[in-house]
Amino acid sequence: MRKRLLFPALLLLVLGLEPAAAARIGTLSETGTLERVARFFALEDASLRYALVGSALLGICCGLMGAFLVVRKLALMGDALSHAVLPGVALGFLWNMTRDPVAIFIGATIAGLLGAGCVQLIRNTTRHKEDAALGFVLASFFGVGICLFTMIQNLPGGNKSGLDKFMFGQAAALGRADVLLLGAVAVLAVGAVFLFYKEYRLTSFDPGFARSLGLRVAFFHYSLMLLLAFAIVSALQAVGVVLVSAMLVIPAAAAYLLTDRFGTMLLLSAVFGLCSGVLGVFCSFIGRNLPTGPFMVLSAAAVFATALAFGPRHGILSRWWRQRSQRARVSRENTLKALYHVLEDEGFRTEQVTLRQLAERRRETLEEAQARVAAIQRHGLATRNVDAVAMTPQGWQRACEIVRNHRLWELYLTHAAQMAVDRVHDDAEVIEHVLGEETVRQLEKRLNYARKDPHGKLIPGVEDIRQGAARPARRATGFGKEAAQ
Amino acid sequence: MNPSPTPASSGPNPPPLEVHDLTVAYHKKPVIYGIDLAVPEGSLVGIIGPNGAGKSTFIKAVMGLLPHTSGRVRIFGKPYAENCHRVGYVPQRESVDWDFPVSVMDVVLMGRYGRLRLGQRPTRADHEAARECLEKVQMLAFANRQIGNLSGGQQQRVFLARALAQESDLYLMDEPFVGVDAATEAAIITLLRELKEKGKTLLVVHHDLSTAPRYFDRLLLLNMRLVAFGPTAEVFTSDQLQKTYGGRLTILSDVAQSIGTAP
Repeated sequence: MRKRLLFPALLLLVLGLEPAAAARIGTLSETGTLERVARFFALEDASLRYALVGSALLGICCGLMGAFLVVRKLALMGDALSHAVLPGVALGFLWNMTRDPVAIFIGATIAGLLGAGCVQLIRNTTRHKEDAALGFVLASFFGVGICLFTMIQNLPGGNKSGLDKFMFGQAAALGRADVLLLGAVAVLAVGAVFLFYKEYRLTSFDPGFARSLGLRVAFFHYSLMLLLAFAIVSALQAVGVVLVSAMLVIPAAAAYLLTDRFGTMLLLSAVFGLCSGVLGVFCSFIGRNLPTGPFMVLSAAAVFATALAFGPRHGILSRWWRQRSQRARVSRENTLKALYHVLEDEGFRTEQVTLRQLAERRRETLEEAQARVAAIQRHGLATRNVDAVAMTPQGWQRACEIVRNHRLWELYLTHAAQMAVDRVHDDAEVIEHVLGEETVRQLEKRLNYARKDPHGKLIPGVEDIRQGAARPARRATGFGKEAAQ
Repeated sequence: MNPSPTPASSGPNPPPLEVHDLTVAYHKKPVIYGIDLAVPEGSLVGIIGPNGAGKSTFIKAVMGLLPHTSGRVRIFGKPYAENCHRVGYVPQRESVDWDFPVSVMDVVLMGRYGRLRLGQRPTRADHEAARECLEKVQMLAFANRQIGNLSGGQQQRVFLARALAQESDLYLMDEPFVGVDAATEAAIITLLRELKEKGKTLLVVHHDLSTAPRYFDRLLLLNMRLVAFGPTAEVFTSDQLQKTYGGRLTILSDVAQSIGTAP
């Protein structure tokens, strides 16, 4: 909702602020980088304002359409379509020998749709699958486009300035008409996606089911392809034919890494597209009119790299952090288990374990034992007084659970899987940390609530764990006594 | 032993599904030939036949997902497009991308889309209905999970919940028992029987011959053409199964092959 209101507001801002005699970007003499940064934020140049608003709009369009391409696994379609529009750009120019945005827009759209039609035709009538068809269409249309461009360059007369910018993109060449066109396309794209969000999502996810509901899947597919063609064509001027597909795919791919909800993905993708567009213009402006396309794509790539590294679920760093904290948890649980074993060897007559006993049990140095105890202390699983360590109720509970998991699993392997008693320990060392309560219940049932593991040791039951947790003082009288016999 | 369809009854109570001389071809190559049948209301029908017999093709063609070469399909006496809101569909599990960024709840809500206008968002009542359907398949706890983080049996139950949310009178299910654990299979069949008790009609593509006679009260034996359709006790005979699975109709499939490769 809010986004829909934003576009007209932005457009009004730009059109209202158009001073007649503003300097073109880069027409001023050499100035320092800092000065250029200041000029960028002052937004005094009209062409800079056009470039910024145009790039923001195209970023939003490309981000939205790209999200659909990515979830429909049609990323290559964007690539093919963006290359296929080139001959249309040339023909649009030849129409009246000027860089008329509307003529070029129409020509490019027709060429793009023709390319998409060729892909469909090749797929339906030959043995080739989509990838070969896309490869063929992309290259041959692009080839025709290059030929036409070379011809145009050699033609006498006509205002050819700015035509070369279609290859790598130059946002500074955007004019008022271009920005209006971009605005119209953005309003159309955002409006269509907003209105028919439910239908577009369903037809992307499960077209068969959508058709069974009586939805016109083909209509939604082709309207999306048309919007895609619009987005590509309107973005050409600023991003360039070669890289526009990257503006479609990269923001969407970054958004896909960050969320599991399609709506959020659309929003993130549009925002990433917008940021990439603006950043691209900024870099181009600071670098004195370098082509904008590569900078936009690089900005998008930076966003993608950030998402890849810091994404909460699929990010590399968060995965590393999860693995690290899992290792720390396993280490704590091993400490608790060792404490339990020491207590068990003592027949549960005492509730304290000395650091030395722990170190001996783990076959580690005293320092290592100290570090272990410090770790479980921090998690409230044990307390320590000088040399003596005692588990808290939570610590005792977790220790019982781990020992129970270990012994149950050993018993299960020897009984159900017929493995030798001396083979099962290592496997149980791993499994004990990951067994869920539900699986434990199933194991207990499967093993008829056996009380002893294959080595003849007692398996802590639910009662022992709960009793220990609630009343640690009575541990020795309940389960412990039995163990001591 | 020829498939003898019950005469088309177009009286006050037209059958949920009536198919007349349905033929479907992929790339000109016929997949199913001249199917005639009328499914009585309130029956639980198993569609069985060997691989490539056209089981999925048949139910897709009924819904118009595949173009008919010839023939006519009537849903409660009307063309599919006019009565599509009375049909619930469970596609094959592999037919969608389970990495798609939607939650379990989102998918079940899709079952309500048939009742919403274009562009209309699901209402509170739709959410309530979807929640009830998830409860019925014991998946409510997973409502907010992304659908890729589910086991095969759970994914199948999500699809089932979506079909339940459609609140239809005729259900078409494509292999709902594939890749599910025994517990889920039992839960699904219980649910199907409940629907049948409520007077719904169900057609279920099934591949397991050993369970077919226990699960379904009618069977549709299919192998490119309709081999037999009728009450399980009458149809599930070694003679009919031999006709369906054994002895391919070599000439029929050869001719189909040559039609497919003809220019």
